[in-house]
Amino acid sequence: MLKIKEYVKAESLEQAYELNQKKSNCILGGMLWLKMSDRTVQKAIDLSGLGLDTIEETEDSFSIGCMVTLRQLELHPRLNEWTNGAIRDCVKDIVGVQFRNLATIGGSIFGRFGFSDVLTCFLALDTYVELYQSGVIPLEQFVGIKRDRDILVRIIVKKTPVKCVYMTHRNAKTDFPVLACAAALSGQTDNCRGYVVAGARPGRAIRIEIGTEEVMRLRKGAYTKEDLRSLAAGLAKDIPMDSNMRASAEYRSHLAEVLLFRCLSTLQERGGEV
Amino acid sequence: MKVKIVLNGKTREDEINSDQLLIDYVRSHGCYSVKRGCETSNCGLCTVFLDGKPILSCSLLTARADGHRVETLEGLQKEAEEFGAFVADQGAEQCGFCNPGMIMNAIALFRENPDPSEEEIKEYLAGNLCRCSGYEGQLRAIKQFLEYRRRGGESCE
Repeated sequence: MLKIKEYVKAESLEQAYELNQKKSNCILGGMLWLKMSDRTVQKAIDLSGLGLDTIEETEDSFSIGCMVTLRQLELHPRLNEWTNGAIRDCVKDIVGVQFRNLATIGGSIFGRFGFSDVLTCFLALDTYVELYQSGVIPLEQFVGIKRDRDILVRIIVKKTPVKCVYMTHRNAKTDFPVLACAAALSGQTDNCRGYVVAGARPGRAIRIEIGTEEVMRLRKGAYTKEDLRSLAAGLAKDIPMDSNMRASAEYRSHLAEVLLFRCLSTLQERGGEV
Repeated sequence: MKVKIVLNGKTREDEINSDQLLIDYVRSHGCYSVKRGCETSNCGLCTVFLDGKPILSCSLLTARADGHRVETLEGLQKEAEEFGAFVADQGAEQCGFCNPGMIMNAIALFRENPDPSEEEIKEYLAGNLCRCSGYEGQLRAIKQFLEYRRRGGESCE
């Protein structure tokens, strides 16, 4: 059971950062995962008074405060328009509306949890994290860094033109995913890149780049069903899988072929032009 | 620590422990409709409204509700009774333990989306678990209630 000795509503990020340097203290996200732990926290640091609960759209990016809830992401019209609804798709099966009204994007991304739908989806986009101490770094780099005592302040999604799609397989509707997949074509016509992302492997999500030639073919809609199947199978081979109580590594590898095929088919159907 | 919370329309000031959860706070004020069903933030039995939004009171520190408005089923009697009658008429539930959480979240759904499709109903209520029904009765009750409202509050029997 989680025990908290003292609750501190941070008055500034500086104060929160200083308090968070002590190992026995802890930043509160939505507190949903933290609540499941069996630990004693000396000072629970709440960032909810710092105005970090909004999604702001500028000319070149979406800036998402760390305390924005998953439900806010789900209902944000512009963010979902920009991502072909992938953001909504990645959170809609996470437990229920009441849960998503509490769970925060900061908690999901900072935790770099293997099961994270949110991390998987944002890795497919041109995403950066703004850390209080370390500044702005690409999400892909952040995923590989060990958890430290820094504070995730914002998630920044650059408005690089993108076509993207998100799919998962779950054993039960609101359970953790057995496998989470996203695919995206991103960038201007003359500099378009393609990615597939797999999460809940069950390890942390990883992103694999699709070859330039394959991206061109996808954009032209030149793939037959069979060709797409072998492209998906080839990409799935490069994704390391593991077993846990939900599924075996072999089953996940098979699922990856199927989900990636569906993701790539959807991208091609939507028209490859970014 | 001290908190000031508007619980079911009444402003209350209380001295609480830092790690008290909102579910224990509302129950200490007699709101026994709010219950623990799972301890893993999954079942929806403890649903309350925080500033009008449905949340899991088992997963929120009371401290975080300081300065906010909290509503439980006890504060929504009229809305709850009206819809609850349809659930009862369908014989939708056996034990009824999950009922208050489901009614709370259904009310949140009706407020947010007055004319939901079947898919939207299922999606909105996916976080409310019932171990004895299979959800068919609840779904019928919701549809009948929506039909009743479409007819301006007249029975659709």
